[in-house]
Amino acid sequence: MRYLPHTDVERRDMLAAIGAKRLDDLFVDIPQSVKDSALFNLPQHLSEMEVENSLALLASENINCGDAPCFLGAGAYRHHVPASLDYIIQRGEFLTSYTPYQPEISQGTLQAVYEFQTQVALMTGMEVANASMYDGATACAEAAAMACRVTKRGKVLMSGSVHPQYRDVTKTALKFTGVRVECLVPDPTGVDDLTELVSRDLACVVVQTPGFFGHLQDVSSLAEACHAQGALLVVCVTEPVSLGIVKLPGDMGADIVVCEGQSIAGSLSFGGPGVGLFATREKFVRQVPGRLAGQTTDQDGCRGWVLTLSTREQHIRREKATSNICTNSGLIALAFSVHMTLLGEAGFRSLAELNHAKAVSLAERLEAIDGVKIETPAFFNEFAVNLPKSATYIAEVLAQDGILGGVPASRFYPTDPKLENLLLVAVTETNTDSDLEAFLVAMKEALA
Amino acid sequence: MSNIKYTEEHEWIRLDGDIATVGITQYAQTQLGDVVYVEVPEPGKHLTARGEAAVVESVKAASEVYAPVSGTVTEGNRVLVDAPETVNNDPTDEGWFFRMTLTDVRDLDGLMDQSTYDAYVSELSD
Amino acid sequence: MKTKVGETFSGHRGLDFAQPLIFEQDTPGITGVDLPAPSHHRERLGSLRRSTRLGLPGLSEPDVVRHYTRLSQKNYSIDSGFYPLGSCTMKHNPRLNEKMARLPGFADLHPFQPVSTVQGALKLIDRLAWWLKELTGLPAVAMTPAAGAHGELCGLMCIRAALEAEGGAREVVLVPDSAHGTNPATAALVGYRVESIPATLTGRLNVEAVKERLGPDVAAVMITNPNTCGLFESDALEVADAVHDAGAYFYMDGANFNAIVGRVRLYDLGVDAMHINLHKTFSAPHGGGGPGAGPTVLSKELASYAPVPFIIHDQDGFRIEEHSGYNIAANSYGRMKGFHGQFGVFVRSLAYIMSLGIDGLKKASGDAVLNANYLLARLSQELTPSFPGSCMHEALFDDRFLEGTGVTTLDFSKAMIDEGFHPMTMYFPLVVHGAMLMEPTETESKATLDQFVHSILCLARKAKAGETNHFTQAPRFAPLRRLDETRAARAPILRWKPEELRQAAE
Repeated sequence: MRYLPHTDVERRDMLAAIGAKRLDDLFVDIPQSVKDSALFNLPQHLSEMEVENSLALLASENINCGDAPCFLGAGAYRHHVPASLDYIIQRGEFLTSYTPYQPEISQGTLQAVYEFQTQVALMTGMEVANASMYDGATACAEAAAMACRVTKRGKVLMSGSVHPQYRDVTKTALKFTGVRVECLVPDPTGVDDLTELVSRDLACVVVQTPGFFGHLQDVSSLAEACHAQGALLVVCVTEPVSLGIVKLPGDMGADIVVCEGQSIAGSLSFGGPGVGLFATREKFVRQVPGRLAGQTTDQDGCRGWVLTLSTREQHIRREKATSNICTNSGLIALAFSVHMTLLGEAGFRSLAELNHAKAVSLAERLEAIDGVKIETPAFFNEFAVNLPKSATYIAEVLAQDGILGGVPASRFYPTDPKLENLLLVAVTETNTDSDLEAFLVAMKEALA
Repeated sequence: MSNIKYTEEHEWIRLDGDIATVGITQYAQTQLGDVVYVEVPEPGKHLTARGEAAVVESVKAASEVYAPVSGTVTEGNRVLVDAPETVNNDPTDEGWFFRMTLTDVRDLDGLMDQSTYDAYVSELSD
Repeated sequence: MKTKVGETFSGHRGLDFAQPLIFEQDTPGITGVDLPAPSHHRERLGSLRRSTRLGLPGLSEPDVVRHYTRLSQKNYSIDSGFYPLGSCTMKHNPRLNEKMARLPGFADLHPFQPVSTVQGALKLIDRLAWWLKELTGLPAVAMTPAAGAHGELCGLMCIRAALEAEGGAREVVLVPDSAHGTNPATAALVGYRVESIPATLTGRLNVEAVKERLGPDVAAVMITNPNTCGLFESDALEVADAVHDAGAYFYMDGANFNAIVGRVRLYDLGVDAMHINLHKTFSAPHGGGGPGAGPTVLSKELASYAPVPFIIHDQDGFRIEEHSGYNIAANSYGRMKGFHGQFGVFVRSLAYIMSLGIDGLKKASGDAVLNANYLLARLSQELTPSFPGSCMHEALFDDRFLEGTGVTTLDFSKAMIDEGFHPMTMYFPLVVHGAMLMEPTETESKATLDQFVHSILCLARKAKAGETNHFTQAPRFAPLRRLDETRAARAPILRWKPEELRQAAE
């Protein structure tokens, strides 16, 4: 077996050195009855070729977004990723390295994390960022938990603009902590005004911009309302490419910003693994969950980086830790950082402009179709389309036509009749003019 | 200093008139290593004996500092916030954590005196 | 702030490059990505257009590639060397896994495509789930936890949900004092108080102490088996029975599954829930800190509380149950993360599992345990093993052998770096002084182990001979030496700041 280096001779020699007669002697502590009932009806090993054939078959049973024009968003976005990126993250020194607990031999990872933390802070308009979380949804839950710690309050208010899965994950994460999570009913036609709802018992208000239905929102006055009541404002961003041309959450007064970094990291991969970005104010840094890389010097006075403020974490603080997180999303965070480095200021702006231009182009042509209404006056690259028929039905018809034409909102809110005809449509730089053309033709047909 | 008492958690408490000063001992600071961060309580905070009063963090550990007896905080040592290394350099004097009034002076009787504490520490080190 | 200068004019030393931050290589206007110009369009950003700069640095593609190539060369990795890290299972990461994960039919799938277009993906998740259920003997598995700690959270939440349904959540979770920090941290997140159970002199759980403590207020016991001292909890069955008799649940931390995979069915040990670290036992790469995956197998009693989403296979094919509170997910405690779980990690692990098969997996756990015992036997010549007898897949030593030498476990580990080995896990578990926990895994050859043993024995003899400087001056050959962690924690610098910001702060 190709992953196992020992010969039987070597195994015998090693047993002799150990002083054991058989390998089984080393498993003597396992009760015999347990060993005897360890019978498995499972397949034997396969060659690399056989594994490839088997998995390639499974892969071929899927329609992938390279084979069909893709207009799917709802929290995951398909962008083009430069070839250099995948080459870089496949370097063994990045791919197969461990968490950088030994800083002298992990400066590659640590410097990259420090650069990542800086990029995330710059992109969100915040002061500090951590080394990443599992994904945007869990980052959102961690932000709510942190707000409760900082304000010492036990209530969280979540806007209808927040991705429904982020709401569910936050509710679930806080379920047994005594914190009350209130979720407002989503309104696809506009941006809910939460300023009236901010009260002195709130730890935080959580909003998303661009919102789940695509709405861009200026949260400055909401931030002021929160701060006046001693509450924090948490802003979620599921499409961080938007930050290329829209006002930054930090500049609008956000206290914590969480993002799903998948769209920039390029790892669409059926929804996982992604990467959660987490940024906040410097004054809250000791309440931040997850790892942090910090700059320092070595004994020769040379600059280097280490994991720091570790006493917040589970391996030291144990039950008093800021979170139980251990493994995060290292390689995906690296992918995010590499792409942002390749893009730079100019490239990031260009990417965002291109996304918006294509989305506007499609929106204008969709609006021209009878019976179709776009509910999102201000959007980045995704908008909500109200159709004269069930959105689920339309999406299925489009799929049969070889077009992944949008995500029905009812997939997330199955019991809300208001949303039955609502389709979330995203457009990125990967959509060509013929994609847009094909989509419109198929849509007109489906609606006829 | 006959008016200094000690706890099993390695806090010292020194009464001067009505106000007691609390810190951690030489043994405690050695165990912790380089102190990187300190959180001291706000004036007015009520403390119960053996309840959490302050937090001290080193690179490898984070510890609570407990109130040796019940009372009310009069002052936290803000110097420690900017210069946490003071705890390592001078734990028994400049490195004090907070000052408090006592609910009952007699509570001090239940704590260890110098020689008892010294014996306690030498037992731990064996 | 100095970078490595002195011996050369450039600051580089041969292949050891002094690489500045990307922010220090900024050329405004330069980009490493070419994009077509957008067509002329009306803007629909509302009032939200940003005119200010972000301050991101611009580099060309060649400079970006060089930057990250140089950074990578400063990293130790499994591809380059041995990592005897206890409970981390740093085994070889096959590139077949990467090739499979990158098949467009897996990599280029959107999570919200109509289910009819992703039957192959759902089948894959179901297939991996089947393997995990068969290997453990438990009837159900929650696939979505993103890491081991996340899986622990899943297991404990199922347990709490089950107890609440039975009449009362109870208050306490019992955890051995040798437990990994995620265990108590997780229990606290689920609203439980944690109490420690001491170990016996043989390094195993004190079963009597557990039995004595069990009562109507105990919700669960969290055990790692083999435990973090590398020893199999032989009384696990007795503990399981006592736990169940007391109406509590038995959670198993699966971090050490590599020792027993293919040899023990967790079902036979009375386990109610166990998370499996796919990035440990099942070879998904560690990636410098992640991503991982922590699918959690569940007993019959806990299965109905499992989080959404889960894959359902019925006569119409595969579909995803995405909402808790209805139908089959009526009792589900909720959702743990966005989308459908760490699909990319699933592909990698399934490729590995299929490659090994049940015969290979059993051989792998056998070699893992063989390798650890080989290290234990040979290193005991100079090092002090913490517990008598053989071990499982990891061997635990402590710093008694360094007594009187002036060399600490930390110093010893820095000398190991010079020898070309990543240090073992240090100062964990907390139950022994100056712990050194070594897990070689099955993918290390005898030659590598012999080289490692030789170095460690020589180092131990050097320490005992009083050559303290050799250790306190180490590492000599690493790109950097003994970074100041105190300085980093006292005045944290967590990001680069542009000149104006930095000057304002001064």
